Amino acid sequence: MNKIKCAIIGPGNIGTDLLYKLRRSTLLEPVWMVGVDPASEGLARAREFGLKTTDQGVDGLLPHVKADGVQIAFDATSAYVHKSNSDKLNALGVMMIDLTPAAIGPYCVPPVNLKKHAGKREMNVNMVTCGGQATIPMVYAVSRVQKVRYAEIVATVASKSVGPGTRKNIDEFTRTTAGAVASVGGADEGKAIIVINPAEPPLIMRDTIHCLTVEPPRQEEIEASVREMLGQVQQYVPGYRLKNGPVFDGNRVTTFMEVEGLGDFLPKYAGNLDIMTASATRTAEMFAEEMMKR
Amino acid sequence: MNLQGIQIKVHDMSLRDGMHPKRHQITVAQMQSIARGLDEAGVPLIEVTHGDGLGGASVNYGFPAASDEEYLRAVIPLLKRAKVSALLLPGIGTVDHLRMAADCGVSTIRVATHCTEADVSEQHIALGRKMGLDTVGFLMMAHMIAPEPLVEQALLMESYGANCLYVTDSAGYMLPDDVTARIRLLRERCKPETEIGFHGHHNLAMGVANSIAAVAAGARRIDCACGGMGAGAGNTPLEVFVAVCNRMGIDTGVDVFKVSDVAEDLVTPILDFPVRIDRNALTLGYAGVYSSFLLFAKRAQEKYGIPARELLLELGRRKMVGGQEDMIEDTALTLARERGLLATRA
Repeated sequence: MNKIKCAIIGPGNIGTDLLYKLRRSTLLEPVWMVGVDPASEGLARAREFGLKTTDQGVDGLLPHVKADGVQIAFDATSAYVHKSNSDKLNALGVMMIDLTPAAIGPYCVPPVNLKKHAGKREMNVNMVTCGGQATIPMVYAVSRVQKVRYAEIVATVASKSVGPGTRKNIDEFTRTTAGAVASVGGADEGKAIIVINPAEPPLIMRDTIHCLTVEPPRQEEIEASVREMLGQVQQYVPGYRLKNGPVFDGNRVTTFMEVEGLGDFLPKYAGNLDIMTASATRTAEMFAEEMMKR
Repeated sequence: MNLQGIQIKVHDMSLRDGMHPKRHQITVAQMQSIARGLDEAGVPLIEVTHGDGLGGASVNYGFPAASDEEYLRAVIPLLKRAKVSALLLPGIGTVDHLRMAADCGVSTIRVATHCTEADVSEQHIALGRKMGLDTVGFLMMAHMIAPEPLVEQALLMESYGANCLYVTDSAGYMLPDDVTARIRLLRERCKPETEIGFHGHHNLAMGVANSIAAVAAGARRIDCACGGMGAGAGNTPLEVFVAVCNRMGIDTGVDVFKVSDVAEDLVTPILDFPVRIDRNALTLGYAGVYSSFLLFAKRAQEKYGIPARELLLELGRRKMVGGQEDMIEDTALTLARERGLLATRA
């Protein structure tokens, strides 16, 4: 079967971890890695895996898109350059999966709304944030049972797994995540908190999801819904675990999650990064299936 | 120790850190009356926000009796001399909250991070400075790292634009020598015009002694709480610190009797329980645990049957940092299940 050919923009930690995951995919084939630094280790590594590379940014890729049949591109650079990357590639018919916080396309959280987006043949979808990917499925698990008036998530990540881009604009994380907790998770109002913990050895990502329901929580239905959702996320992030809960306390429903990564390129504790690359891969596969049907 | 004639600024915490023992339920009227009393007693700077800073209103930390904006707009116009500060923890609050606080008329914004994570404060410190605010970098849980790396982090905050740098003993763990080592090195390395501050908790009864050590090592801003109303066993009690400063000839500009009247007549009556060094508050200071965890651990004890002290020790062992209040219930659930106190999940 012919796989759908992909390009990765940004040969850093995320881009490289993504490369590992795409290489295992039965539907996707990574063919290009795009960077801006000729001395980049990530580009060298991609070449070792047989990918074509350019250090001229997206402009270095554009002339080859047609000939090499690139249909999907992943942007793992920064919000600042994403729009221009996306415009250029969309113009050539390449669909864009955005791992930056730019969020010019609709938010995509695979077990919640991926099918809807794939059916619509979106040209740009955004992967929200690591905290969003780890928590929104659980907000949705409650909101599909009954109305949630407020959802709040607390993501705690290891200091070593938080890069300089996130650190320079941590507000973008809180705002984007809070917005998607409401709009994708299905709560009237959303709030997001991020805590960075420097403990050694680094702690595995933890996520706590508090939902306040309008009516008293229907406990059995919520428990079943949470279990079902857990299974769905575990299909692409096997280390997504329910540590405690759901706890019912009045109209509060709280689930305590742990997210351990696969340890492809990034260390296992960095479940926050793994869930981004895994969700992006999952998303691309769903779009690839649609493309193959055409 | 001769500190005669040194001028320092005391910064009252009772209406911010004091929100913790009040579960953030201090009313607007109570805030107004205490703030007015502090102003009349000559306290130059008063912090007002949710206990966890701007945007702290949440399930995780507690919903307050009024919003940050309501408190700030109610308190600031009443004050004749005193200025008001707001605390902001990046990851909880954002620059939008900062702009709101500035619009309400705060003079000072304090941007707080865990002691190793100063680089998440860049956007907030830079904006505070750009807006012309007195901008403070506030390094929490400062006992967890040695003086050298702590100073490196503080200098990052200085490079973003902070004009004042704080060593914050969030766990009330430090002893005077720990304070001296950190403040002295910071004084040596930061710009001469950068001010240095110290924020203590009284969990080992070291609040006053640590604050005096900080002044001796070069700190000129000291956080205290009127009536000691703060997280854990409270902050350095303001009236006691001022009395000691008077005896030593350190000039705070605060009237010791007026401020002790505020403590006695306005703060003490609103406490839900005496803020003191009970066994759990002691554990915070002894094991180096974030002081705001105290009430959460007590509530978890009631609900899950795990003694608060054990919970606090476990959180300390797991090196939990400020903001991880969610892990208290999580840890209690895990321990309760291990001990058969909880029905096992299907």
